[in-house]
Amino acid sequence: MPVDLPDFSDTPDTLSRSLDRRLFLQQTACGLGTVALGNLMSRDGLGAERRHPLAGRAPHHAPRARNVIFIFMAGAPSQLDLFDPKPAMQKLHGQAVPESFLDGLEDPLIKGSAQVYASPRTFRHYGESGTEYSDYVTHLGGVADHACMVRSVYTDVANHHPAQLIMNCGTNQWGHPSMGSWVSWGLGNAADNMPGFVVLLSNSGHGVDGGASLWSNGFLPSIYRGTTFRSSGDPILHLNSPEGMTRGVQAGRLAAVADLNRLRLSRTGDREIAARMANYELAYRMQSAGPELLDFSGESQATHTLYGLDAEKTRWFGTNCLLARRMVERGVRFVQLYHSTWDDHSNLNANLKTNCDMTDLPAAGLITDLAQRGLLEDTLVVWGGEFGRTPMHEVRRSPAKGSEGRDHHRFAFSMLFYGGGIRGGTVIGKTDELGYHPAEDAIHAHDLQATMLDCLGFDHELLTYRHQGRDFRLTDVGGTVVEKMLA
Amino acid sequence: MIVRACIVALLLPTLAVSAEPARGAAPHWAYQPLDVKAPADVGRSDQSRNPIDRFVLSRLVRSSIEPAPSADRATLIRRVTLDLTGLLPEPTEVARFLADRRPGAWDRVVGRLLASPHYGEHFAREWMDLTHYADSDGYLTDQLRPVAWRYRQWLVEQLNADTPFDVLTTRQLAGDLIPRATLQDRLGTGFLRQTLSNREGGADPEEFRVKQIIDRTEMVAATWLGLTVGCARCHDHKYDQVSQREFFGLYAFLNTADEVNLYAPLPGQSQPYETALADYDRKRDELLEPIAAELAVLQARWEARLLEAGARPGRDFRWDRRWEVLGLIWGGQLGEGQLEGWEIVKRDVHLRNRDEQDRLLLYFLSHGNLIDPAKFQSMKLGELRDKLAALRSNVPWPTRAAVMREATIPRQAFIHLRGDFRVRGESVDAVPPAVLPPLSGPGDRNRLALARWLVSANHPMTSRVAVNRMWQHFFGTGLVRSADDFGVRGELPSHPRLLDWLAAEFRDRGWSIKRMHRLIVTSATYRQSSVVRPQLETRDPANRLLARQLSKRASAEVIRDMALQVSGLLSRRVGGPSVRPPQPESVTSEAYGNSWKSSTGPDRYRRAVYTFIQRTTPFAQGKTFDAPSPGKICTQRERSNTPLQALTLLNDPVFFECAQSLAARMLEQGPADDVGRFRWLMLRCVSREADAAELDRLALYLASQRQRFTRGEAAESAGRVAGVAASEVAPDEAAAWVVVASVFMNLHEFITRD
Repeated sequence: MPVDLPDFSDTPDTLSRSLDRRLFLQQTACGLGTVALGNLMSRDGLGAERRHPLAGRAPHHAPRARNVIFIFMAGAPSQLDLFDPKPAMQKLHGQAVPESFLDGLEDPLIKGSAQVYASPRTFRHYGESGTEYSDYVTHLGGVADHACMVRSVYTDVANHHPAQLIMNCGTNQWGHPSMGSWVSWGLGNAADNMPGFVVLLSNSGHGVDGGASLWSNGFLPSIYRGTTFRSSGDPILHLNSPEGMTRGVQAGRLAAVADLNRLRLSRTGDREIAARMANYELAYRMQSAGPELLDFSGESQATHTLYGLDAEKTRWFGTNCLLARRMVERGVRFVQLYHSTWDDHSNLNANLKTNCDMTDLPAAGLITDLAQRGLLEDTLVVWGGEFGRTPMHEVRRSPAKGSEGRDHHRFAFSMLFYGGGIRGGTVIGKTDELGYHPAEDAIHAHDLQATMLDCLGFDHELLTYRHQGRDFRLTDVGGTVVEKMLA
Repeated sequence: MIVRACIVALLLPTLAVSAEPARGAAPHWAYQPLDVKAPADVGRSDQSRNPIDRFVLSRLVRSSIEPAPSADRATLIRRVTLDLTGLLPEPTEVARFLADRRPGAWDRVVGRLLASPHYGEHFAREWMDLTHYADSDGYLTDQLRPVAWRYRQWLVEQLNADTPFDVLTTRQLAGDLIPRATLQDRLGTGFLRQTLSNREGGADPEEFRVKQIIDRTEMVAATWLGLTVGCARCHDHKYDQVSQREFFGLYAFLNTADEVNLYAPLPGQSQPYETALADYDRKRDELLEPIAAELAVLQARWEARLLEAGARPGRDFRWDRRWEVLGLIWGGQLGEGQLEGWEIVKRDVHLRNRDEQDRLLLYFLSHGNLIDPAKFQSMKLGELRDKLAALRSNVPWPTRAAVMREATIPRQAFIHLRGDFRVRGESVDAVPPAVLPPLSGPGDRNRLALARWLVSANHPMTSRVAVNRMWQHFFGTGLVRSADDFGVRGELPSHPRLLDWLAAEFRDRGWSIKRMHRLIVTSATYRQSSVVRPQLETRDPANRLLARQLSKRASAEVIRDMALQVSGLLSRRVGGPSVRPPQPESVTSEAYGNSWKSSTGPDRYRRAVYTFIQRTTPFAQGKTFDAPSPGKICTQRERSNTPLQALTLLNDPVFFECAQSLAARMLEQGPADDVGRFRWLMLRCVSREADAAELDRLALYLASQRQRFTRGEAAESAGRVAGVAASEVAPDEAAAWVVVASVFMNLHEFITRD
């Protein structure tokens, strides 16, 4: 294999020229096909790669969404106090749950004589669709006509971490790829200076229960693992050069490494060296693209206000929402936001208000902004947690007036879907008069995953990866596309 | 049949070939007895150092492919040192080997490495992968397990002592059941203690106990049987020859093992403890004596209510909850057996030992006041608890260790339909899968029987699976590439006869792991060059025929260790509790309630195998370089190649500190001239001499950096870049050498074993 002679000049200019050349080749190659890309890359000293790992796969049908922003509300927000009004509960308030609801239930959390706890929230109809939202989520109410609200979601377990794994990875076992990994494996990465799957964490109190297992690549190659951006220090781990190192010194270091690696490549023919060289170049581009991505000074005041960046309460979550939009604009395929303090076993009213105050305005601002910019058309936005909360207040703590909380509830809860291929202004599914079980259109977490993959152009049964002798998929052995959700 | 399938595999190298049985096909190869035949003599004494080579050569000759020549000596010593110890050869060791022209030079190197205390550290990590070792529980609260390291310590010692594999197997699965079990026997069962524990409020302890047994069943199957049986726990699979019933038949062997911690004194701990214990016992009795009778009655009432709630829940949710909590929080943050509290309460008072009584009493005094709040107050039990706790804190308790013991009350195993703990199907007894030899002989069908069955002479899987993982270690991939799947959907071996011959060598000659390692690394096959021959790349791109060695990126742990080693920072202390090397705070704040107080002094620079593993927030550098998720059985490491790895090696303060120290060391100990220094760095980082083109490029680079740091735009920050290296020379010169040193540590070759 012919390899370029080492480039012995050591200036940042040389390096960036060669980066630009690579960039050009990659862009050109989109029109030429993978074979040509391989040829060009070989000629460029990048070696005979079998297939560019971030090139993606052919979709199974025309995609309606190209990007996903998944706002994961870990801890499980109370659907009965936000999205699923149950006026009939007022009559039952303070009474034991009718036995009929508990028949055959083995959920460990619902034991003893739980009392019905009617939501103290007031609900109002929003938009042309007239969907009801509570007084805690008025801003989400304001974008009701973009939303497909699913009120009848259910899942398999009622513990946080396993249920988060189901919603994120399709199974409650560790070691399986997250949805973001599946999607970036399937779609490839359209960004040339950013990873394809980015995770943003909120600092609302504590981190997400499931930690890194929720954005794990599982058995997919590790380039598909979610890259966590942070709000303090390096937004990407080790994105900043060591202290005192100027951009010029860093570029010189990279050029020297590249040239010495190239010499080694010419002696050994080891393809991994070529891949290593390409990754050092992406790392270098990430070092310059990162700060630009994080610099919001070019955003208008109206945008700052829309995302709540000016107010203390909303700044954190708003920053992540705006970052998500900016990444989607730059070709990042899957952005996952985590906000993790919804687990209101007590003091539900106060805690829920705090969390809604932090997130309601920015999340709605994101939808509005994406719609204004025409990005909502091909960006799928999801809002929801791992399960819901019980219609009864907690039985295990003293239910002093005002300190009531709700327990974990996996049988019925609500989620919101927007954009890319989703039918806005709709409500899907109904729950019974207590909000205990779905009364219509019970929709499993796997059904939602199948539907999301469908929006992205993939048949969830065909997007499989062979591991340990078996073809695995995101939806495990379940999942049916929910046609009603689709535009 | 197998041979033909292999040929197909070679002709169609890009297709994964598995052995899904056709109707009426021959029995699956891996379930058949070993087929041991001596290798054919192919002549070529130069390329054939031991029987391994004759197997490999005869296959190559048939394909008219020449094996690769031997790698040069510098590459060889780097390769074997990394493979056997996970560390780099020191330059003196390289020089000695290059100069040693007497016969047996290679054997002497290998012998020295096999005797190194670092050998055990390196191979302990493989067992830790299999059992997904961690220093915390996992799940929501992810509480600490401060004594988990005792299992790692045990591994390092056993592997260094070359404890035979059959003994290792028996100790890890059933050390407690060995007749007249020693402490060393029992400590082995720490293997089974690496499953996750859910202490989250509301978790059903029985659900998570069942999950643990399932996890252990999968571990046993992956480690010894090379079978991925996880799918069978939910339902039967079309092709799998292990049915759901058989999965739970294996499960039943493990279902009666309970988690318990025991006092496992380290050297020097026993004497002071025994002395203090007598004093503690006396004071404790004095303290309790005045109210002993009344207290016993009260505690008995409390236990009775708990037991009633446990047996018949639903009558009083407060007691249901108390029972559940006992099953959740017992021994939390101490890594104790989670259900031990339940087990003690269930056992008759006179069957509890003194220590169990004490710990239960303390729990009762802390959590038991629901039985009679007024009495708790009038008897001042809160004060009593504080006094007892204070007394206990004066005792120098020996270190405990997490082990298993057989349940005192038998427990029937059931098939759990769809893998759900709530849905019990038929009861099942401990029976191995029907495709494997039956468990014969009298005696209990317990873990000891399982272990002995696994290492019995006629077992076809254990030795094959074990030597295949060894092969994978030394060649990058196994003879069976699907190291975790020897089943009908796994891949076929590339060299079935070699595999069986190795397996028989292992089994029939005392199960010595070191002997097998020596056998493999002294083969000519192992010593081949890893340089790619383009003409072979189309014929055998995956190198299944072994016509060369493989270049492979070092593991996360080895990369960290190498950086510390070349910089002179590495602490070579062997063993001891886990340490917390520095890492960015933004990493450790990712998961619930975690705090990471960095270790100080030499503990910042210990080998990576000693790094504390918090399941919800694994060590960032490890994760970046494919250290496995500490919740998942790993039989095969990934070797990814990502931009985040580049960012870590370039910018991680830990790696940059290493570059500064390396430069400082070079300025202090190395030669005075530039070229001499380049060669000094080269020898340390990649164990070889630099060539002319490399020296030219380095000279150019050094000149430009000197210019930058002296008069250029980086002059101001030279001191910060130089760091500790500025203690030897002026900051600008030191800074230039620091960035040169960092270039060496960013080379692909540095993190690669060629």
